[in-house]
Amino acid sequence: MSRPNPNYENSFWDHFSKWLKGEYDPFKGRLETKTADEAVSGDEKVRDVDLRLADIGKYHVDMYEEGINRYVGRYRKLYRFLSVFIVLFFIGLLLWTVSALPGYGNPHEPENNIVAERYIEKGLKETGAVNIVTGMILDYRAFDTFGESCVLFAASCCVLFLLRVDKDDDPHSAAVEEMNDRHYEPRNDAILQKAANFLVPLIIIFGIYVVLNGHLSPGGGFSGGAIIGSGLILYLTAYGFEKTQRFMNEKVVKALTVCALLFYCFAKSYSFYTGANHLESFISTGTPGDILSAGLIVYLNICVGIVVACTMYSFYTLFRKGGI
Amino acid sequence: MGAFLANYEEVTAIILFVIGMGNLLLQPNLIKKIIGLDVMDAAVYLFLAAKGYIAGRAAPIVVDGILDAEHYINPVPAGLVLTGIVVSVSVSALMMALTICLYREYHTLNLDEIMMKLRKEED
Amino acid sequence: MITLRVVLLAFLIICAIAVSFSKDLLVSVVIYTAFGLIMSICWLLLQSPDLAITEAAVGAGVTGILFFVTLKKIHSIHTTAEEEKEDE
Repeated sequence: MSRPNPNYENSFWDHFSKWLKGEYDPFKGRLETKTADEAVSGDEKVRDVDLRLADIGKYHVDMYEEGINRYVGRYRKLYRFLSVFIVLFFIGLLLWTVSALPGYGNPHEPENNIVAERYIEKGLKETGAVNIVTGMILDYRAFDTFGESCVLFAASCCVLFLLRVDKDDDPHSAAVEEMNDRHYEPRNDAILQKAANFLVPLIIIFGIYVVLNGHLSPGGGFSGGAIIGSGLILYLTAYGFEKTQRFMNEKVVKALTVCALLFYCFAKSYSFYTGANHLESFISTGTPGDILSAGLIVYLNICVGIVVACTMYSFYTLFRKGGI
Repeated sequence: MGAFLANYEEVTAIILFVIGMGNLLLQPNLIKKIIGLDVMDAAVYLFLAAKGYIAGRAAPIVVDGILDAEHYINPVPAGLVLTGIVVSVSVSALMMALTICLYREYHTLNLDEIMMKLRKEED
Repeated sequence: MITLRVVLLAFLIICAIAVSFSKDLLVSVVIYTAFGLIMSICWLLLQSPDLAITEAAVGAGVTGILFFVTLKKIHSIHTTAEEEKEDE
């Protein structure tokens, strides 16, 4: 019944079996970036070729030629086989688990328990936030959010360690970075600048709105901060570093982030003095629905927004030129 | 079988998770590995949010002063996922910074080649 | 409603597979950005507008930008200036 496929050579299963045996790699030679020599030769004036790199071509290893390195070949075959096996095993196991779950949107799931009910029924009265999610993450679980803001700060510090180029210590590579940056950047692009003129104020105002209304409508510090950060990034892309460094240089970013984190820390540590019972505070929750209601949540949202915006902006500048 | 037909979100989340894991295991390219990890993140968030959803109820934002738990979906998974999304961005930014460092040192993105060069340097 | 859900989820899976099998890093990053946008619509359907806003700003915006800058740093994007130089 089954006729042999005349195009078996190029069929999917043939490629698959070859790939399992390690003879064929669909990505080889196509996905790689340029090799070192090519990459460097384009802008030789810009970058200095490290002498070690001369060997790279020699190093450009015979990874794929199995005859030379039989153990590597055997190991790769085993690795691929095991990987496919693990993936299939996991999909089977997890699907089997899903088949035992209660149905979609079922109100009687075990996780829709008394905790969620209490958050919804008492949340507005105790925290004053109309948006229950915000009330939850910035009042009931405010320390968790504080830890998360610190994680963001730590991540930007790590990126700073990894990518920083110090202008005083290493003027040569700083100059190289700057030349590279300029080489890739469209300077004074009219379309980009006109679009940025129109969009950046809108984006930043929308971000501020989202931050300030975090307790009344969807949004909050995280999303608003990311929106403000992307607005700043757009402005930076359109106008270059000279313009942005007037108001967002390293000192400003550092001061803003540290001040926001410290304010958050002090604002929430009062619950230590009230016996870890920060639900009954002396700060009134105000009228639900007002901007200045919900106790500390507005200020905490502003802090989180500042931290997130500064982190996103500093990620971008660090990736671009190795300095904020 | 009925559970699969009722739980599209969960099944999708699991397929996405496994695709991301396959990317992590089988792609030699570092950027693809990072994207695979991000896809895995997204799958976990989708699963959590789908478990918090209750059919026919509204988002947990108090409207008209209704404070009945019967009217709103579960806010707990939304809070968990909200913090997770932002952390996943910082994780991937950190991994991209490490990738840039590796590229500056070894001038390739292929993890196998990087390991090979590392081993030659050790010898 | 159920059709929309199924279509969106199918798009998610297609995007994830396309990311894994695309031969160009730039293409896979663009597809990943599309993945983030579809994800944010999924959050909206799951009645979590907070997550939708955050995912649209973070997953589709900032992550995409960071990926592009990374690709630029590792010489994976050819700018027009480079192409002109190569043509000469």
